[in-house]
Amino acid sequence: MSTPLAISATGIHKRYGGTAALDGFDLEVLAGTIHGLLGPNGAGKSTAVGVLTTLRRADAGQASIAGFDVRRQAGEVRRRIGLVGQAHAVDDILGGRQNLVMFGRLAGLAPAAARARADELLERFELIEAAAKPVSQYSGGMRRRLDIAVALLLSPAVLFLDEPTTGLDPRGRAEVWLAVGEVAQRGAAVLLTTQYLDEADRMAGRISVLRRGAVIAEGTPRELKQSIGGDRVAVAPNDPADLAATAAAMQSAIGAEAHVDEETRTVTVPALDGTAAVLAVLRAVDAAGIEIADLELRRPTLDDVFLTLTKEAA
Amino acid sequence: MTTLTHAGILTRRELAHWVRQPMAPIFNLAFSLMLLAMFGLLFGGAIEVPGGDDYIGFLLPGLLAMVMMFGIQGTMLGMAEDAKRGISDRFRSLPMSGAAVAMGRSGADMLSSALELVVLVGGGLLMGWRIDATPLEAIAGVALLLWLRYTLVWLGIFLGLTFRGESAMVAVQVLVWPIGFASNALVAPETMPAWLGAITEWNPISATATAVRQLFGNATGITGGWLADASIWLAIGWPALIIAIFLPLSARAYRRLGD
Repeated sequence: MSTPLAISATGIHKRYGGTAALDGFDLEVLAGTIHGLLGPNGAGKSTAVGVLTTLRRADAGQASIAGFDVRRQAGEVRRRIGLVGQAHAVDDILGGRQNLVMFGRLAGLAPAAARARADELLERFELIEAAAKPVSQYSGGMRRRLDIAVALLLSPAVLFLDEPTTGLDPRGRAEVWLAVGEVAQRGAAVLLTTQYLDEADRMAGRISVLRRGAVIAEGTPRELKQSIGGDRVAVAPNDPADLAATAAAMQSAIGAEAHVDEETRTVTVPALDGTAAVLAVLRAVDAAGIEIADLELRRPTLDDVFLTLTKEAA
Repeated sequence: MTTLTHAGILTRRELAHWVRQPMAPIFNLAFSLMLLAMFGLLFGGAIEVPGGDDYIGFLLPGLLAMVMMFGIQGTMLGMAEDAKRGISDRFRSLPMSGAAVAMGRSGADMLSSALELVVLVGGGLLMGWRIDATPLEAIAGVALLLWLRYTLVWLGIFLGLTFRGESAMVAVQVLVWPIGFASNALVAPETMPAWLGAITEWNPISATATAVRQLFGNATGITGGWLADASIWLAIGWPALIIAIFLPLSARAYRRLGD
């Protein structure tokens, strides 16, 4: 038998009152990878994290962490997960070190081991200097780092991060990204929920797009972008009268149909081989004696993917 | 065994809060002393105890019972804050039992209330209150007070987990006053209008206050009626009823925090 998936969920349903928060949610995450769970507010991201971390009980469906069922083997699951929720789940009044030692003891470490582990994590997350200060005096980024350090006390197999950078300034976000990247490098699986597409694009090896409690697309960021058409080269001739000639030149250079947009006065063709296509288009248009006002390689962003997908599903 | 260890860690967490922010417990103790001074010195001279004893002898046991009830606010606030800040979710995501969370909370709250008892007894002694009982009776009186407080911890846990909003907190802070006053803690029911006196006799705080007065050998302010005879049984029974209802409800509320 192969090693079990770090996270496996199939057909999870969860209702709150009359509304379905999760409606057939599926997920598979391999060890050592960062998986992004992307979706608008209310798509069910936090509910999914709640079910997978044993905090919420699914109405139907099956989910397991490292092969352990979240419902029937909750204790085993809890020994293998770290959770960084949306709220800052650390004690504000206590210092960073006090927090780490306390949660370490509660997680089952012996007193000496908890202290040693606390010092190790304080150093790794650059919190040594602030270790004795009450957490209420920490910056947002420091607090999040402490939050992540607490979640890593038991070196979990799976780390859950529920919108870890929401409300942080750019510097705080960069600090969190660095810390999370390191966790995955050490072999843990990371499930990251986010509303920020650039964050998912930057951090996640694979992404699931969530809408109304179900995954509507899954793949690498590159696959998702290609699924809505991939890269394109766009050319705007200086003289709008040249639009047709430009389209003909580009079509012959690429061997694919050119699209003329009269409104923006641009011609676009697919650029399957990226920059090589730019060069071919440039040569062809130049050879045809057409003067160019603008030329760009358009890469679909995850925003495009997201907007396209969520529009389609509407 | 691990549950007890975890509970001890969580109780020490609250004690660490006291060390970090000593003003909160100090203010709490000062508030209890202020109540004692207000009723003992300010109003005391104007209050008549049926049977003709000193008011301070009547007041102190009543005040002790009332302060046990006021402690419910601290329990509720502590639970609600942890739930709101996601600390409860973190506890629930750890391989530890929920019973440890409740035991840790009650450990800290019981220590806090025991400290209040000590301070109020000290204040009472300064103001001329005396105990007139055997050590065993005195211990039994203290035990009844702590029993009431312990069962109210569970009511506080339930309220804190169930009603987490600011307005719920304020509602409880306001409601403890009429509940505390509509008892025989401060004034003898025989001096009240008959209907109000009848209601106050059924207040669990009245049962504990009367039982403690009897055990301490203080004035009960009661010259007749059923409460004086049944007080000790009621002071055991009322809290038993409270815990029988709210321990399971609290456990259920904790398990369902995520839903």
